[in-house]
Amino acid sequence: MTGMAVEPSASSEPLPRAKTDWLPLLLVPALALLALPLVGSGSTWVTLTVAGLAMGMMIFLMASGLTLVFGLMDIINFGHGVFISLGAYASLLVLGPLAAWAQAESVWLNLALLLLCILAAMGVTGIVGTVFERVIVRPVYGSHLKQILVTMGGLIVAEQAIHAIWGASPIPIPLPATLRGAFIIGDVVMERYRLVAVGIGLLVFVGMQLLLNRTRIGLLIRAGVENPEMVEALGYRIRRLFVSVFVAGSALAGLGGVMWAFYRQTLTAGMGMEVMVLVFIVIIIGGLGSVGGCFVGSMLVALVANYVGFIEPKLALISNILVMALVLIWRPQGLFPVARR
Amino acid sequence: MAEPLLQLSGVHTHIGPYHILHGVDLAAPAGQLTMLLGRNGAGKTTTLRTIMGLWRASSGTIRFDGRDIAKDGTPDIARTGIGYVPEAMGIFAALTVRENIVLAARNGPVDSARLDWMFGLFPSLKRFWNLPAGDLSGGQKQMLAIARAIAEPRRLLLIDEPTKGLAPVMVRSMIEAFRALKAAGETILLVEQNFYAASALGDNVIVMDDGRVVHSGLMSELVADKNLQRRLLGLSLDAHQ
Repeated sequence: MTGMAVEPSASSEPLPRAKTDWLPLLLVPALALLALPLVGSGSTWVTLTVAGLAMGMMIFLMASGLTLVFGLMDIINFGHGVFISLGAYASLLVLGPLAAWAQAESVWLNLALLLLCILAAMGVTGIVGTVFERVIVRPVYGSHLKQILVTMGGLIVAEQAIHAIWGASPIPIPLPATLRGAFIIGDVVMERYRLVAVGIGLLVFVGMQLLLNRTRIGLLIRAGVENPEMVEALGYRIRRLFVSVFVAGSALAGLGGVMWAFYRQTLTAGMGMEVMVLVFIVIIIGGLGSVGGCFVGSMLVALVANYVGFIEPKLALISNILVMALVLIWRPQGLFPVARR
Repeated sequence: MAEPLLQLSGVHTHIGPYHILHGVDLAAPAGQLTMLLGRNGAGKTTTLRTIMGLWRASSGTIRFDGRDIAKDGTPDIARTGIGYVPEAMGIFAALTVRENIVLAARNGPVDSARLDWMFGLFPSLKRFWNLPAGDLSGGQKQMLAIARAIAEPRRLLLIDEPTKGLAPVMVRSMIEAFRALKAAGETILLVEQNFYAASALGDNVIVMDDGRVVHSGLMSELVADKNLQRRLLGLSLDAHQ
């Protein structure tokens, strides 16, 4: 956090502080409260809400990297989905040799296994992300159409590579023993794994907020999202920052991929691509380049999908698009617009 | 004239298919304020952007303190000690005033004496210290953009039209701020369209037209010579009306 401690000398009156834009943040609790009478049963509402938050956290994990890449680098990376799939498959590198840990009736061993899977996924996707940026993305900086075409091409090649390495058939990955099942408190059912997903999602969100708001590198990323040219004119090498953010975004997708894979308990090469529509919806709802917006957008989309799926299942398929349309009518640049694009 | 800290020789710049600068020769002497004047489209902004490496010179040399920086990247040029304030100010609207300054002080925290000096030049920045820069008025944003350029010692300041669109009272504040910067010994190359502001500040003057330097000399000579003013500035206007 070098260089952050700059303050004007003591003044008699306190300096005004920035007002927090609370309205978008209130959307999530407001939505939950609105759903309560419509759902009817309190216990069902709690179950749906916890499940929705867990789903939202997983979407956030998968989308947070893309919003930074989109916002900072102005790169439309349709290949982001492959990092989700690749991260999920990378967990096999750990699950194979440590299969006994998954069967052990020890919470700590099971959580350690999950942590190792996450580290393996982030490592593999980070390395592949470095190559992907260098070989596929870098030649098409500044051209959105080429980016869409080339990153889609990269996605197809990478998916086929996954087929070649791990086979085309779906691979089952059972949850570690103590993460299966649910806590039942009265009539409320809360799946253990979903609670773990909420915890990990919150940790990542808080970590990213601290990084972005309390460190110089975070300041640089936020400034770069707004005006990369000016960041360079201040003497910072933004190209290195671009690569770092791309790699971090890929690694976050890998992390999301592992969490998503354990949730589905099945690996398929196309699993990343399947959630990309959701991922794009939440980063548009949140505002390009905004991690906070991405977080709120993920919660909104997941909660709405859960509530609508219960109350009026026929509307579940279009609920996400409806949420996006309503948010964009209210705030055309998204909930927390950052990037000026 | 003192020894030039910055010297452009035969600089040509192309932007896409357009040939914008046609062999620009100019010099900015150390410790002095050099005004760069000319009508819209004369090539003033392109000259500053070319010096900063934001647009690449297709030929010619840009010597800063004796070293050719024409092929250097923008971050390397900034690291030689050149502060840049673009025409659009380039402030980071989502960041607070404080964060804008923190980012500009690349070599570490701004020391309190420098901060007090900056607040002396631009008092309103202190009041809005913790507010998003996007909430500032146009004049305050311009002050922040300049404060950011002087957040740490620079050897040369490139400032593009700082009085553009500002109210007269704000222009007067800006002139006072530049006088203070001059008194502090800063070397400044300042693009300006406001001849009143330019004549009040400049030690030297360079006039551009159509991507070429058409006059360079002492500002006092241009201020004293009405015919020269009419020929250089009036001629440019007539030619493009």
